[in-house]
Amino acid sequence: MSFLPAWKTYDFAQVAARIAGRTEADVRTALHRAPGEASLDDLESLLSPAAAPFLEEMAQISHRLAVERFGRTMQLYAPLYLSNVCSNICTYCGFSAQNRIARKILTDDEILTEGEALRKLGFEHVLLVTGEVGHVGRNYLANALRLLRSSFANLSMEVQPLDTEDYAALMQTGLSAVLVYQETYDAARYPRFHLKGSKMDMAYRLETPDRLGRAGIKKIGLGPLFGLSAWRADAWFTGLHLRHLERTYWRTRYSISFPRLRPHEGGEVRVTAFGERDLAQALCAFRIFSREVELSLSTRESAAFRDRALQLGFTSMSAGSRTNPGGYAVAPNSLEQFAVDDARNPAEVASMLRRAGYEPVWKDWDATYDLGAIDAETAMAVG
Amino acid sequence: MNSQPLIIAGVEFASRLFVGTGKFSSGKVMRASLAASGTQLVTVALRRVHTDGVPDDILGHLERDRYRLLPNTSGVRDAREAVLAAELAREALETNWLKLEIHPDPKYLMPDPVETLAATRELVKRGFVVLPYVHADPVLCKQLEEAGAAAVMPLGAPIGSGRGLESRVFLEIIVAQARVPVVVDAGLGSPSQAAAALELGADAVLINTAIATAENPVLMASAFRLGVEAGRAAYEARGPRSSGATCAQATSPLTAFLDNSTV
Repeated sequence: MSFLPAWKTYDFAQVAARIAGRTEADVRTALHRAPGEASLDDLESLLSPAAAPFLEEMAQISHRLAVERFGRTMQLYAPLYLSNVCSNICTYCGFSAQNRIARKILTDDEILTEGEALRKLGFEHVLLVTGEVGHVGRNYLANALRLLRSSFANLSMEVQPLDTEDYAALMQTGLSAVLVYQETYDAARYPRFHLKGSKMDMAYRLETPDRLGRAGIKKIGLGPLFGLSAWRADAWFTGLHLRHLERTYWRTRYSISFPRLRPHEGGEVRVTAFGERDLAQALCAFRIFSREVELSLSTRESAAFRDRALQLGFTSMSAGSRTNPGGYAVAPNSLEQFAVDDARNPAEVASMLRRAGYEPVWKDWDATYDLGAIDAETAMAVG
Repeated sequence: MNSQPLIIAGVEFASRLFVGTGKFSSGKVMRASLAASGTQLVTVALRRVHTDGVPDDILGHLERDRYRLLPNTSGVRDAREAVLAAELAREALETNWLKLEIHPDPKYLMPDPVETLAATRELVKRGFVVLPYVHADPVLCKQLEEAGAAAVMPLGAPIGSGRGLESRVFLEIIVAQARVPVVVDAGLGSPSQAAAALELGADAVLINTAIATAENPVLMASAFRLGVEAGRAAYEARGPRSSGATCAQATSPLTAFLDNSTV
């Protein structure tokens, strides 16, 4: 069964109202749960305005849980933008189809050049990103994965939603993980931001992680775009989504990202308030809700924030990100998807982590683990 | 130092404390912690090291002449992936020792007994010294032993949980019937729990989280060293087991009179 029936059980506005009605006593109950025992009810409390005064206490629990599970380590990764061509009109995105910008799809040579630049920076984990357009689909992505696979330990992607067969085929070329952001779980507001293109189909997007799970992908990344609707409710629905996926596709790992709306080309979306304190609360709520989920900190945030927030329970962060196709070496000045705030290079971020008592982790995977599925000749029949 | 050395696959270990190299805040802290633990065998996750010979954050800080490396296959989900990872580890780290770790479940990291047994059979055929990480399942441990495992590594509690010897009653059976060394792996959160494992007859313990994530990892490593030594000393001091819920009685006080009966 997909996530759709579970999602339909809940009304977004009612969830938002329930969260608003949570009390200090509810928050205390949630904070005193044994590790791993927080429920969706507790998540409501932890995300509520009533929990805001408990932020320090939440942060201490979150920090402790993260260190116990992941150690004092931080996984570093970089996005590699392959294309900014997009047939969707999304009012919050710099790649939106109506924006009059120079469009670019990286060629084979350009992909290799960008890959080499990332290797030189030390990256082993790379996230491939594209806009959403038909011809930058399965075949283009399979080719990009093949070109890059031998150079990196881990390749993930954040691209248009695909069908189960497409994901299964891409896994054969070495795909480790897929990030698919729901943007918002609010059915009333979703159509206001998605005016044209396949992204208008909210149900198809909501079921994308199910299709990934059915394909047997090793990791799925979730996340709302904070600021599009009531953030507390969007965060709670993300938790609901996580629980559904964990129980159904139990072999898969999960991560959650916390993108906030950033200034970008062409758009002035009126956003709901989601400040740094809110981001910290959402993060800690998720860590208390799930000890195991990986939590990712973006370069959309400022250096000052990242330097301190990294201890709150995050497990991975991007560094030195370029959000334009060719941004690392081919065409550093092409148009970016959003403006990054932390512009430090990866080595500077790694030094900052060491100073904070964290080990920067460049490699925490091996291509063997992905290519095993296709390497039938060396893999003996066992069992 | 304890009197009887531990021998696995013909290699002698004076220390019965094995230590994992993940989760440390830096290579320097890891190096100092390993030294303080007195360990001679350290596990290294294949996924964390560079397999192309380039020095990395873990191998770059390990004194290779001081520690025997035990690569682990953390991250693989079935026997076939485990075999591929093992071959890569053997080539990259130049050792045929392997901690076989197959947990398809990334949330609780529970080992898969079916795939682990299948992989052990294959890896032994390929000449690996296999130390499989498993549930505290006495029958599975015997099957692994028959498949050629050099030791068995049953869990005390879920990885990283620090809950101690939750599986004690099954560990006692495993220890009682094992013909290969038993290394309690996973879930030990304190030196007293490590001591208890050795006291009940485990041959060694493997610790990672409890040392690496302590406020002072070096001091905690040294505390585990003492705990393990104390537990082993207590085990040796006590002599052969004379009682216990899971052991047969060594003598038969009620029926001994029949031993010499001739009619």
